[in-house]
Amino acid sequence: MINAKYLPLAATVTVFVALFLVGGMMYRNFLSTLVLGHILADNAFVIIAAIGATFVILSGGIDLSIGSMIGFVGVCMAVLDQAGWHPLASAALLLCFGILFGAMQGYLIDFCEIQPFIVTLAGLFLLRGACFMVSLDSVPIRHEFVQTFATTRIPLPGRGFLTSSAIVMLLSLAVAIFIAHFTRFGTNIYAIGGDKESARLMGVPIRRTTVMIYGLGGFYSALAGVIYALYTSSGYPLAGSTTELSAIAAVVLGGTLLTGGVGLVAGTVFGGMILGLISTLIIFHGSLNSAWIMISSGMLLFGFIVLHRFLVGSFDLRGSS
Amino acid sequence: MMAEQTEPRPVAMRPRMKLHRAVWPLLALAAILIVSGIVSPGFYNIRIVEGRLFGNLIDIVYRATPTALVALGMAVVIGTKGIDLSVGSTIAITGAVIAWRIQMGDPHLVVLMMALGAATLCGIWNGFLVAGLGIQPIIATLILMVSGRGIGLLINLLYGGTNPSFESALLQGLSTGHLMSIPTRLFLAAAIFLALWLIIRRTALGLFIESVGGNAAAANLAGVNARLITFVAYVLCALCAGWAGVIMTADTHTSDPVSVAMYIELDAILAVVIGGGSLAGGRIHLGMTVIGALVIQALTTSILISGLPPEYNLVVKAVVVLFVLLLQSDNARRAITSPFRGRAR
Repeated sequence: MINAKYLPLAATVTVFVALFLVGGMMYRNFLSTLVLGHILADNAFVIIAAIGATFVILSGGIDLSIGSMIGFVGVCMAVLDQAGWHPLASAALLLCFGILFGAMQGYLIDFCEIQPFIVTLAGLFLLRGACFMVSLDSVPIRHEFVQTFATTRIPLPGRGFLTSSAIVMLLSLAVAIFIAHFTRFGTNIYAIGGDKESARLMGVPIRRTTVMIYGLGGFYSALAGVIYALYTSSGYPLAGSTTELSAIAAVVLGGTLLTGGVGLVAGTVFGGMILGLISTLIIFHGSLNSAWIMISSGMLLFGFIVLHRFLVGSFDLRGSS
Repeated sequence: MMAEQTEPRPVAMRPRMKLHRAVWPLLALAAILIVSGIVSPGFYNIRIVEGRLFGNLIDIVYRATPTALVALGMAVVIGTKGIDLSVGSTIAITGAVIAWRIQMGDPHLVVLMMALGAATLCGIWNGFLVAGLGIQPIIATLILMVSGRGIGLLINLLYGGTNPSFESALLQGLSTGHLMSIPTRLFLAAAIFLALWLIIRRTALGLFIESVGGNAAAANLAGVNARLITFVAYVLCALCAGWAGVIMTADTHTSDPVSVAMYIELDAILAVVIGGGSLAGGRIHLGMTVIGALVIQALTTSILISGLPPEYNLVVKAVVVLFVLLLQSDNARRAITSPFRGRAR
């Protein structure tokens, strides 16, 4: 059991390392902390969103509103910036909004017994529409804090460095691991994802936990939006479209089952890095185009899912038909 | 806008269940049309220009056709407790195949067959993943959703084209032409609907699909080949998406794999759910699904015509959808307590 739990994570890490080595063999200077740091920085927002999605998916749900949340948070930050707000103040406000919005979705899902897919789909439309209502154009964020944010970095051995977005990502990963494995709430998430009815019978507060799960998901997607806005130093109403798909793909690649109950937050980070690595490899290649990014992501997804299918099939012998 | 709907709370009387389910989407459609009629005078006007019908009502039906076709296929898949996220990619691939084969100079009827064949292949792939390998539908179809538009782009690149355009009397006749001053695509859609209805309701297939969606294990024990039925459902869905792809591609005269039919899977799923289908599977409402698609398009058209800025479109849509769902969820909760429909699983 202990081994089985970490098998998918091991597979994900292996694929990541293998891809990285392949890149190293193909291109000079690929095997460097510089490239690694850039992959982390470029994909920080996707990975942060995917960490939130991991919780939702672990509980057996799904959150489609991630991409729209990123766009909405970005646009709001830009507009508040023009109104003279400090980016940190508007970020705090929008993080609260993210929690509230997520919690509301969770409440609708549990109270009205509507499928998470449909509720968060409505959330997707609602927030994307709200983006357009706030602003139709791309709005720059000009506060000097953006500059500070962009230039703050921790040097790594070699020529590489961790940007502030990567640092925020690693911090949120630490928080997520703590929540998932060292709190009762985290245990409840796994319990609900494993079998909701059993969890209910064991006395897990389903409604409260569901509301908190989606609240947490909303928090992480809002945080992803903040990072994205600071990273691009602008708010754009179409920002983050289809990020929810990348996030879900990262979660799946990271070894979490969409049926819920099985998976690790740490895997998601590697899943997101694999996606980033693929596009980096294709960009390094130069002559391949975006079509190949889509196709290779899809093929990788396929390989992983089939791999999982066999892994899960092998340790699913413990009673559940 | 939806104030009319709040007052009569759903009266869940079991014998009227069937009537009941149909009432809400129809009421929503009627409410949307009535409000639009009040907001924009002349909303119902239909006139004949150059031998074809023009008017907002025609426009709603006309534009709803591709979504309705996709939603019909989606209803079948959702009936098996599945979901197909890849319909947008299927449409992109269909369009790319059309542009490619027309460029190669194939007869256009053959091109049509090839496009539908490509769509069928997409369905076979999805069906193989879901029914053959037993992968969860949402992820299984996510694979094609992620990579399908890339495949479309690659097909375009086969002959060095980006967003190639084409002319085809046959395909454009099917899509934007008109027959007896009625748009041809309505005849096409009606024929597809009828065919699907015959397959689902006049053969045992519909019953089998609903039994698989209700409880796959039980259906299997009862002698239904659950895997085969699921497989067929995905192929049917892709075929419907393929027809939608033919219509949409011929409409724009171009193959644009990156942006064609963006979010159509969401609209289609929404149409099914508004039409009273449950994502928990076990039910197929073909007619109501079409109504669902009409509700979505009527909403979009009404917002455009009412003079509200188009950016309000999505918000209003989300609110109305949530509203319709909330109305239905009351039903759902009462229905769960009723003895004749057990819990899923």
